[in-house]
Amino acid sequence: MSPAPAVSKEKLLEVRNLCKYFPIRRGLFQRVAGSVRAVDDVSFFIYQGETLGLVGESGCGKTTAGRCILRGIEPTRGQILYLRGPKDTIDLARLNDKMLTPLRRDLQMIFQDPYSSLNPRWTLLEIVGEPLLVNGIARGKALEDRVAELLRRVGLRPEFMRRYPHAFSGGERQRIGIARALATQPRLVVADEPVSALDVSVRAQTLNLLQELQAEFHLTYLFISHDLSVVEHICDRVAVMYVGKLVEMAETEELYLNPKHPYTEALMSAVPKTDPDLVSDRIVLEGEVPDPGNPPSGCYFHPRCRYAIDQCRHEVPTLEEVTPGHFASCHRANELSLRGVTT
Amino acid sequence: MDQQLPLIEISNLKTYFPLDEGTVKALDGASFTIYRGETLGIVGESGCGKSMIARSILRIVDPPGRIVSGEIMYHRLRKQGEAMVEDFIDLARIDPASPNMRSIRGEEIAMIFQEPMTALSPVYTIGNQIVEAIQLHRKRTKKEAYEEAVDLLRRVGMANPERRVHEYPHQLSGGMRQRAMIAMALSCRPNLLLADEPTTALDVTTQAQILDLMRRLKAEIGMSIVMITHDLGVIAEMTQRVVVMYLGRVAEVSDVRTLFHEPRHPYTQALLRSIPKVGRKARIRLNPVTGMVPSPYDRPSGCLFHPRCPAAIAGVCDQKEPPLISIGDNSAVSCFLYGGKE
Repeated sequence: MSPAPAVSKEKLLEVRNLCKYFPIRRGLFQRVAGSVRAVDDVSFFIYQGETLGLVGESGCGKTTAGRCILRGIEPTRGQILYLRGPKDTIDLARLNDKMLTPLRRDLQMIFQDPYSSLNPRWTLLEIVGEPLLVNGIARGKALEDRVAELLRRVGLRPEFMRRYPHAFSGGERQRIGIARALATQPRLVVADEPVSALDVSVRAQTLNLLQELQAEFHLTYLFISHDLSVVEHICDRVAVMYVGKLVEMAETEELYLNPKHPYTEALMSAVPKTDPDLVSDRIVLEGEVPDPGNPPSGCYFHPRCRYAIDQCRHEVPTLEEVTPGHFASCHRANELSLRGVTT
Repeated sequence: MDQQLPLIEISNLKTYFPLDEGTVKALDGASFTIYRGETLGIVGESGCGKSMIARSILRIVDPPGRIVSGEIMYHRLRKQGEAMVEDFIDLARIDPASPNMRSIRGEEIAMIFQEPMTALSPVYTIGNQIVEAIQLHRKRTKKEAYEEAVDLLRRVGMANPERRVHEYPHQLSGGMRQRAMIAMALSCRPNLLLADEPTTALDVTTQAQILDLMRRLKAEIGMSIVMITHDLGVIAEMTQRVVVMYLGRVAEVSDVRTLFHEPRHPYTQALLRSIPKVGRKARIRLNPVTGMVPSPYDRPSGCLFHPRCPAAIAGVCDQKEPPLISIGDNSAVSCFLYGGKE
């Protein structure tokens, strides 16, 4: 039904060697005793008009990566290249606050929790109108008109403009958050688990809305999620993270049918199938996700990996292009034949 | 299933919460049966009353909520000489603080919760809490109970159980806490395990571990499991029969295959259309239920689903409440499309 989104092969954002280390402080003088490598040398890119999924389990650094891109938290190292136009490339990681301000309208965020991400003491007009006011886009009557239009677009009645968030259900609040993100006509929207807190039926409505808005406003999404079925549904390409590292990135169908990293394989096989007839001989991973403050040697996945060889224990693998457009960070990516999702 | 012996028969159960804003009908005439040895799924969106079923069975409904009418008939097997005798206890009518209820709760019917951090006490060690559960129901010395606790932790797949038994919940990861809670719930080998969203707070790979564990322990102990969840994937993997609930009522009961391949109730059909399936190739648009779950203070007349139902019959569905009609094979549906108009 929805038209195929126009994905160009022009990059909009390119992240190179992004790192975010959080210091671990101990003792009386709060000396730095080590660091948690929340995002560790992560590189990826997003094409204009596409939806890139960033998936992984809790603590893998996907949210931290998303927030670093928007400079919600300061990256430790690395480049965040925003390719605004031909020959107009800006490294967001290098800008100071003042220089960043005019760019903020291009980069917006949708949050997971529709309850804590809206100020309960503000009306919808104030919530959705604030980005317009702060960025000097509209004020007064023009502001109200624009807010009304935004609310209508996300499926809320403009008459509700003077109401407070508590009067709305979870799904409606998420629509308010989406309207706020769209207020400045952004080019890139980082959506951090936008549908995880919603019920099944409302979730489907919200996913449809996000797709419609993308086609209408030529949006590019970085879609952060742990839900692999939602990601497959909405994303053009998917990047998988494990303990702060990017382990695999490919086009959605390719990644799901033909994974090249053993962690992706295990992740796919762990998703419960919504069909009782699909007998799953599932790969159940042993052990737990390692502590990013004290990761294992070599490949971080090797203690849980059933294909691990001696090399994996000593050498850290790098992200390589295995087949065109399919990147994986595994010493054995070329020789292993891994199982994708069965249909 | 070879034998179909009922364990708990719930009929027309109503659990209401009288609040200042009005009465919330958390359960409004729910009826279904839990059989011995089966895994029954209860599925529905938030506010449909699925957790309230478990709380009503265990009689731990928070005040001011209370069971206003209906029956929860528990079939209790008791040894009398050589033969097994079946006692019938109506859990809806028994005093929640009576010795009888207290011996059923935890010993014969146990429960695990969504968020283990809120169900485990933060100030006692895991071992302490399991030992307490054991000593409450069985005559054991502290030392024996401790040995049993270590053994239980080992059986739920905890590495280093001798050390873990002395740790506090905050020292464990989410998956480990869930294992500890399962160990505690199973310490007395219950007849029925009520699992309220046991894997919702966990990551997929941890979820796979816990589901695997539950399946293994069920085979070992032979208990029934009631799996309460909103995740249709978990339902498809774990259960044999499914109860679909909507606003405190049962919309449909059927075996899991029929539910996924030929859902009967329009609400079940809509739910299944709303989920993106892994492995589906084309990026087709989801076709979700329109509208939202109505507010609990403003329940629709007639069939509760009629304002959102694409198949609603004007003049019927908005006027009369559809009865839950049995359609053979332990299946039932509450919809006028399948009869019950007269």
